[in-house]
Amino acid sequence: MVEDKSAFVAFERVQKSYDGENLVVKDLNLSMPKGEFLTMLGPSGSGKTTCLMMLAGFETATHGDILLDGVSINNIPPHKRGIGMVFQNYALFPHMTVAENLSFPLEVRKTGKSEREEKVKRALDMVQMGDFAGRRPAQLSGGQQQRIALSRALVFEPELVLMDEPLGALDKQLRETLQFEITNLAHELGITTVYVTHDQTEALTMSDRVAVFDDGRIQQLAPPDELYEKPQNSFVAQFIGENNTLDGVVQEIKGDTCIVKLDSGDIIDAVPVNVTKVGERTRVSIRPERVEFNRDRLHDDAHTLKAEVLEFIYMGDIFRTRLRVAGTDEFVIKTRNAPDQARLKPGQTIEIGWMPEDCRALDA
Amino acid sequence: MTEVLAADGRPLKASLNRALRRQKLRALALIAPLLIFILVSFVMPIADMLFRSVENEIVSDTLPRTVQALESWDSSSGEAPGEAVFNALYTDMALATEYKSHTRLGSRLNYELTGVSSLFRKSGRRVKRFDTDVYADAFRDADPAYADPSQWAAWMGDDTVRAAVPVTAATYDAWAKMIVEVDNDDPAKEEPWDFVYTSLYNEAVAGASLPVAVDVSGVEPVSLREQFVEVDKNWLDIDVWQTIKIYAPKYTNGYFLNSVDLLKGPDGAEARPESERIYVVLFIRTMIMSLSIMGMCVLLGYPIAWLLANLKDRTANLLMILVLLPFWTSLLVRTSAWKVLLQQQGVINDVLVWIGLVADDGRLQLINNQTGTIIAMTHILLPFMILPLYSVMKTIPPSYLRAAKSLGATDWTAFWRVYFPQSVPGIGAGCILVFILSIGYYITPELVGGTKGVFISNRIAYHISSSLNWGLAAALGSILLAVVLLLYWVYDKIVGIDNVKLGG
Repeated sequence: MVEDKSAFVAFERVQKSYDGENLVVKDLNLSMPKGEFLTMLGPSGSGKTTCLMMLAGFETATHGDILLDGVSINNIPPHKRGIGMVFQNYALFPHMTVAENLSFPLEVRKTGKSEREEKVKRALDMVQMGDFAGRRPAQLSGGQQQRIALSRALVFEPELVLMDEPLGALDKQLRETLQFEITNLAHELGITTVYVTHDQTEALTMSDRVAVFDDGRIQQLAPPDELYEKPQNSFVAQFIGENNTLDGVVQEIKGDTCIVKLDSGDIIDAVPVNVTKVGERTRVSIRPERVEFNRDRLHDDAHTLKAEVLEFIYMGDIFRTRLRVAGTDEFVIKTRNAPDQARLKPGQTIEIGWMPEDCRALDA
Repeated sequence: MTEVLAADGRPLKASLNRALRRQKLRALALIAPLLIFILVSFVMPIADMLFRSVENEIVSDTLPRTVQALESWDSSSGEAPGEAVFNALYTDMALATEYKSHTRLGSRLNYELTGVSSLFRKSGRRVKRFDTDVYADAFRDADPAYADPSQWAAWMGDDTVRAAVPVTAATYDAWAKMIVEVDNDDPAKEEPWDFVYTSLYNEAVAGASLPVAVDVSGVEPVSLREQFVEVDKNWLDIDVWQTIKIYAPKYTNGYFLNSVDLLKGPDGAEARPESERIYVVLFIRTMIMSLSIMGMCVLLGYPIAWLLANLKDRTANLLMILVLLPFWTSLLVRTSAWKVLLQQQGVINDVLVWIGLVADDGRLQLINNQTGTIIAMTHILLPFMILPLYSVMKTIPPSYLRAAKSLGATDWTAFWRVYFPQSVPGIGAGCILVFILSIGYYITPELVGGTKGVFISNRIAYHISSSLNWGLAAALGSILLAVVLLLYWVYDKIVGIDNVKLGG
């Protein structure tokens, strides 16, 4: 692999094994430019936290190089890497006040007292916690602790900040507020951020790019919209957002569209993503909100499928309808709650279709 | 503020109390067995022991008349007391001999002055054979009524006689009580003993009107002082009388003064001669050695607890069994094992000689001194340090150390500034446990401590089981208890007792 000189953080052919038998991280290659907010997303056990720990220096790579600003940091101990880190349980030192927690990284760097106080004050103001300097962590709420943990990771002005599921323990509303605050701060300060989460909404709303991990590999590395709309394989399609899948065989490929014959015998249109030849088995993926049952909105020559309505769920802003399509009972469509929107009834039979570009033929 | 009422109109507080009463009673019933057990087997013995350290009724109980007579004696006169005191002593001794309490008193006073025990024993044997029988004979010869037990009983029931000869009446009462209690006889059928006649004679000489007038001027007085001195010259020793007088009150601080190497003199506390001072040295040694043992336990236990807390559970459990293994072995076996290891011809010395670190003629003295005690007790008390430390360390998430390192702290700074302060409650708990256990330890110092390595508790045990000076043992124990409580208080002031955790 050609070394990317512009990369601020780079993983080069990194492998990690704990027991000498199984690889937790398999051949990881990743490069991040300065100032990027990158999220590592994946189910537990996918290797994302191990990658973060290797970057922070708490785990050593079994093979490969991790570069920071073009320099290999494999042999640099964690305390010399100058990487800020926010932990899942905040890891605020319980025997120190908030101010002492914040001044700790400055003290160990032998910063002068007045400069220290000024920086601590600035870091606290940054997260609107200026009034809490004298409190102990135990006297703060979860959200406040998270803010302090964040400002502690930033107070010594690191260029790279790592966050290990920092919002996991908070309630939904607070999580959303903090997601917004964290992204804003990261962009304002121009710091490079590596964020680990298993929450896909968090990943999509916060990141510049998302790396989807599974089985020790990055399955796809792309900006959120691309990840959602153009998943590269079945895993990513399944993992990100809701997704309908239908299995079949490629019958014809013509340029950027293909025709797939489903196992039920129906014929549909799709975009060939990782199918290359006729006769190959494939799994097509369609997002629920891209399914159309209004015949007027489809191309005249578009293939359609018969569907039977099984269940209609009213969810406020949207309607969620479960259908029986091509032999599966789990086909879901989502429609916006608009005045002219039809409310389907269970038992009703409809005809569904989609734009060919919304249906992606992926690996089986 | 208006009272809040429950739905039925009663005050809410009353309703709540009623609702909670059943619960409280049940809770109380559950703890009752333990509560009673602790009360009977722990609180009461301690209270009794504390009381014994000041209790001193034996002198005034055994020699009530002597104690009273001694009040007018001036100990600084340089003279032994006069006839009156010896008269009182005669009556007291005669009664005490029957009750056999004179030997107990002798042993008690012997703690304060050596020789008193044999003095009392000897006098007790001879007091019945004093020459006072001449008085009895004189009275009986003068009037047969004096030889009639029932007549005596009649007189002593008569208030006018009692008012005329009060001392004799009191003496007769004491004698009659003794006859009933010791001999199980009827005083109305027993002729009074010589000392009753002696009291009567003394009162007759002083001019009291006797129930039947007798002229006693012809009777040669017997000097009881001389009689006692004849038994033992020590009755002229001022120290004996001083001791009796000093220890006459029902309560004494004498035991406590003894415990801190002081002496209870006629004018209050006095310093004990240099050669007799042992307890203060022993207290200080006990403190210093307990502190050393505590320090050794921290030094050895901290790394082990750290290791246990940071290993995988399987390995940690295995090691924990090794830590607890000593508990499965008898204390005596463990201590004796140290004897085998530490003695001059023992394993450790042999190895050191074999390696060549120590010359064969310069083998280390590792046992029967303070070194031996500290080594053996550190080993025995180590689990008490490791367990609280481990349980506290187990609750410190490893992410704190990681956080500290990610913030730029070296391994040492991260440990010292972040990990160590959080483990202090465990150290505190371990130190309190080890210190308090070691300060009262007894068996191990006894076996490996020799003479230089024993604790105050060994001395207490000696007084309890060998010298039988329970008062002194109680005083030493009370001081030990007070010192521990004081140290606990100091610890609370410095570290804060809320900072002590046994886990969680």
